[in-house]
Amino acid sequence: MTVNERNGSSANGVNLEFRNATYGYEAIDVVKDISFTVEQGDFVALLGPNGSGKTTLVRLALGLVNPTRGEVLLFGAQAHRFRDWHQVGYVPQTVEGIHTQFPATVEEIVSHGLYKGFDPTRFWKLGIPESVRISMEAVGVANLRKRRISALSTGQQQRVLIARSLVRDPKILLLDEPEAGVDAAGQEQLYSILRRLNTEDGITILMVSHDIGAVMREAKTVACINRTLVFHGPAHHITQRELSDLYGLPMDVLVHDLMHEHR
Amino acid sequence: MPEIFQYDFMIRAFVGGVLVGALAPALGVFLVLRRLALIADSLSHVALTGVAFGLLTKTFPPIAGLLATSTAAVAIETVRLKRLMPGDVALAVVLYSALAVAVVVIGLAGGFNVDLFSYLFGSILTVNNTDLWLLAALAAVVITFVVSFYPELAQSSFDTDLARVSGVRVFGVNLVLAILTGATITLSMRVVGVLLVGALIVVPVMVSLRVATGLRPAIGLAVAIGIGSSLFGLTIAFYANVAAGGAIVLTSVGILVLTMATEYVVGKVRA
Repeated sequence: MTVNERNGSSANGVNLEFRNATYGYEAIDVVKDISFTVEQGDFVALLGPNGSGKTTLVRLALGLVNPTRGEVLLFGAQAHRFRDWHQVGYVPQTVEGIHTQFPATVEEIVSHGLYKGFDPTRFWKLGIPESVRISMEAVGVANLRKRRISALSTGQQQRVLIARSLVRDPKILLLDEPEAGVDAAGQEQLYSILRRLNTEDGITILMVSHDIGAVMREAKTVACINRTLVFHGPAHHITQRELSDLYGLPMDVLVHDLMHEHR
Repeated sequence: MPEIFQYDFMIRAFVGGVLVGALAPALGVFLVLRRLALIADSLSHVALTGVAFGLLTKTFPPIAGLLATSTAAVAIETVRLKRLMPGDVALAVVLYSALAVAVVVIGLAGGFNVDLFSYLFGSILTVNNTDLWLLAALAAVVITFVVSFYPELAQSSFDTDLARVSGVRVFGVNLVLAILTGATITLSMRVVGVLLVGALIVVPVMVSLRVATGLRPAIGLAVAIGIGSSLFGLTIAFYANVAAGGAIVLTSVGILVLTMATEYVVGKVRA
């Protein structure tokens, strides 16, 4: 019996499940009683105002923090005990190495994605495997492969990190505000890559976003959180009222335009 | 044979200098990239505490230093893991606690003398064969560690969370890195001095991170600059009769300044 059958999941399988997940410190809950599932092949956007706990949810999903109450299941296992990391791709909003003159080239960073445990001979393997080339080409960074990662624009760095995830051949890709700091052309390129990965390669996508327009256009499912889960359902079911409540602002003009443009 | 090679103490100094010049930047690359350069300073003062206890109990000071730095390395990494306090504050707390203990213990030992100064500022005349054998053994361990755990070191230096999500055991790698850094500092004391060894962990790396493309070349260049600074500094120290540790560190700082000046001029010419 597989993990998914045991959990009574659908035929497609559940990649990620929050069950009354709560996380907080010093008696303040950053996120509270979050319950929803992410099915294989879904494209989920996580919306919410600043400080609403979006990044915390991603960190819970990756087992980087443990829920204080409830549980988070990644492919049926407790996220913080999960070990089968090749199934998971992660693109953080920013990486520490970008700020420290990290000298590695693009192809070195993408090769990091191949990590499969202790291998003392890795230091001497200087060649770049075919899978790394394919991943770099898939996101359009093959021409930058010899450049230092710290010398690239934010948009290019995001794509390198996506390539680093793809080389692992993941089932699910989690991205934390991948569009932040990226210009309009770069954003369009990013969304077209994500769309292709989701529809053609069947990779599940969970993306934290600020960009309501893009979410309405790209995502199949939307989860709105403001410490608690405010809305979870198909992107076209979300109402102006719910978005206004979420951000605490009347957003008539913006939302009106977007809803009509994308329905 | 030039005069400089006719003295046994200079041969020992050169061997020690090459070992320290290679070891310090090899570990330093990963410390600087993690913004943990200050760990070298904190562990230096811890090593000094070890020396103080060594002087007080009349044991071989480097052994006490190794024990002290290993304990401190475990403590620092545990505090960082549990986020008991911010990383830089933890390093400062360790630094001043260690220094305070050192001052008290040195006073009790009546140890404010030449022997102490040889540890503070280095003293190539006192580098003996035991020091060199210990350094050589450490070099073997450090090279094996850096080469075997290169993917883990590279990944966790690039980004801690990304490394964890790739399955890298970040805490274990950090712990060994910190312990080996403490050992390097302790065994380098006689050559460059406990107050200056931190410079060899940081300065050659600053140069190589500006110049090198690729992580392996960056490590290689930092090690080359470390070794070069040691050899050049020791030669200057011999002929100009100045303190060896100071001459070694000033050489590496000179290389850094020259590199930055060259970058500036090249930038102006291109613009």
